[in-house]
Amino acid sequence: MSLITTAAPSKPATPAAAARRRPAARRAGTPYAFLAPALILFAAFLAAPIVYAGYLSLRKVKVSGLGLGAKSRTEIWAGLDNYTRSLTDPDFLPSVGRVGAYGLIVVPTMLGLALLFALLLDANRTRETVGKFARISIFLPYAVPAVVASLLWGFLYLPRVSPINDTLEALGISAPNLLSNDLTLWAVANIAVWGGTGFNMIVIYTALRAVPTSLYESARIDGASEVAIAWRIKIPIVMPSLVMTFVFSLIATLQVFAEPMTLKPLANTISTTWTPLMKVYRDAFARNDLYAAAATSVIIALATFILSFGFLKLVGRRAFNQED
Amino acid sequence: MKTKFAPLMAALTAAALFTGTACSSTDSPEETTDPNQKVELTYWTWAPNMDKVAAAWNAKNPNIQVTVNKQDGGDPAVTKLLTAIKAGSGAPDVMQAEYQKIPTLVSSDALADIAGEVGSIKDKFPAGTWNGVTLGSEAVYGVPQDSGPLMFFYRSDVFESNGLQAPKTWDDYAAAAEKIHKADPKQYLGTFSANDAGLFTGLAQQAGASWWGVNGESWTVNINDAATQKVAAYWGGLVEKGVIDNKPMYTPEWNAALNDGTQVGWVSAVWAPGVLDGSAKDTKGKWKAAPMPQWDAAAPATGAWGGSATSVTTQSKHKKQAAQFVAWLNSDPEALKLLATEAFVYPAANESTSILTSPPAFFADQADFYTIAGEASKQLKPFTYGPNVNVAYSAFNDTFGKAAESKKAAAFTESLATMQKTTVDDLKNSGFNVAG
Repeated sequence: MSLITTAAPSKPATPAAAARRRPAARRAGTPYAFLAPALILFAAFLAAPIVYAGYLSLRKVKVSGLGLGAKSRTEIWAGLDNYTRSLTDPDFLPSVGRVGAYGLIVVPTMLGLALLFALLLDANRTRETVGKFARISIFLPYAVPAVVASLLWGFLYLPRVSPINDTLEALGISAPNLLSNDLTLWAVANIAVWGGTGFNMIVIYTALRAVPTSLYESARIDGASEVAIAWRIKIPIVMPSLVMTFVFSLIATLQVFAEPMTLKPLANTISTTWTPLMKVYRDAFARNDLYAAAATSVIIALATFILSFGFLKLVGRRAFNQED
Repeated sequence: MKTKFAPLMAALTAAALFTGTACSSTDSPEETTDPNQKVELTYWTWAPNMDKVAAAWNAKNPNIQVTVNKQDGGDPAVTKLLTAIKAGSGAPDVMQAEYQKIPTLVSSDALADIAGEVGSIKDKFPAGTWNGVTLGSEAVYGVPQDSGPLMFFYRSDVFESNGLQAPKTWDDYAAAAEKIHKADPKQYLGTFSANDAGLFTGLAQQAGASWWGVNGESWTVNINDAATQKVAAYWGGLVEKGVIDNKPMYTPEWNAALNDGTQVGWVSAVWAPGVLDGSAKDTKGKWKAAPMPQWDAAAPATGAWGGSATSVTTQSKHKKQAAQFVAWLNSDPEALKLLATEAFVYPAANESTSILTSPPAFFADQADFYTIAGEASKQLKPFTYGPNVNVAYSAFNDTFGKAAESKKAAAFTESLATMQKTTVDDLKNSGFNVAG
């Protein structure tokens, strides 16, 4: 303070001060210039569509009379009408329930398998021998697009063209119809588990590889078995990765679309509103009702947001503060 | 804080403005009057080889040049067209439009009324088909291109070994289905497909239903009427008895069943040979075509599955020339011949019977194939489509899917009430006047 007051005269010399302020102002703008490309892309391709979807969800088309002549359709404000319609749609809650059941099957199975595979691959003996081959073959299904995977599994599920059924029948066992009412959910879940396990396994495995081996050595000196090391040391250390893969799986579950959509033409048991996202698709493209589709999308986005951030908040301290 | 975020907000607003204005340009179509002016028309269609048909027109009309733009199919083309109409530009001049989509397109102000230009060729088409492009009004929203009268296709060898004739009535069909399935439990005469609302609509049409209608200034919806109830109860009964299958059509499984001789019949339309050629090629030569089984053999009737018209869009700047091309394409003998031989469609025009003389390749031994088809297209019952056919069709997929899976005849007839309610609710919700 004192330094400044002594250096600066009581009355600022106007030209000099201005000259000094201009570069300062330019400097203040620099971060924005650097940020601009990202901000513009963010605004044009993420923020604007979201705002537009929000806007559409509050609008609807009003038809007058027979709706056949020109200009018989007008877009009007609908308030929260689309939201009430979406939430009270008799197909909506069952689709949410279905996705809930699907998540209860997929997430624990997929993450359980991923963790098991990661631990097995990380074990001393496999690391040096078949590790690389096994890692790649477990990861490979993740590289198959969901639509292709569903077509592939669809063929295996259809009794008449399935080699699995042929084999079972040759052995004298009557094969169950996997696309019947009771089993469709499992059939769809199976595709997701098959496709997703590899990715989650790699994430957990990478976290395991980052653990200093000295930890294991000291545990071994203390007389811990491999199972005890896995259970007491490895799993707690990779907990943050498990939390992350859980959040990813949760989001993927809420957005399940490609698998049931691809299987739908093959079976009577998958309806056009089998999952909430399929309902969005039906409203937008089969019914040409973008407004209802936008409202349901907003609801799904909010639910995803609340569930994933709620979960992170719940486990945050436990997962990220290992030292405590 | 305020000043810190100002540039960010400016960027966001600019982007929002940019995306907002990009789709608000509108151009109003203007008629060109100069007859010698050279115009270029674009034509969206998904029929194969349509560029070859257009080439024949282009050679004769140097001033009206048509460019064919191949589309993926009926549904995606409609979605694209409606998007272009909403955006105010980007629509073609001429567009292939399935009959059941026409009311939806008209209600979105996508199709131009060309009554003045093509009204005079009305008599060249069966009345039932022409009704599909007028929606029962004075306006004309296109010219019929092809039609899909229902026909029955069956494995003559299987019928022969079971001592059966082609079914004349639906009672005959049910008896044949039972006999065939009893003789070989793996064989079915048909399947009830909850994926193909179009076929079920055709069957209801044959029984005398017309699901939509216009009554003064209001729409009527009659999906749950006596005729449709009769059809649903009939097929539900066959499924419940287990004498026909309940699996959807157009699956790898269904293709395999046609080819390995476990599906030995198909209620389909005049275009079936093309499908059978691909799905059942190992059984070529064993199939025969027959007229549809009837409810009343004394008053033969049929329905339609598929078929489309050619329309001029409201965004076309050369409505007159576009209408000229559309009229030529669907009624000129030269064009009809090209449509049948190059684009493999069954032209809707009356004259097609004199053009189609040799049977399709899959039915090479059946000389009377097109005679049967021609008879069938004259027996088409009138049927009006409404502005929300897709809503009714997706309701069909869902409710009849459940019914087919349950194998209960009662579930089939109950499904119609659900379809009716879903369709009416949707119309009312959009603000259409609905009677009843």
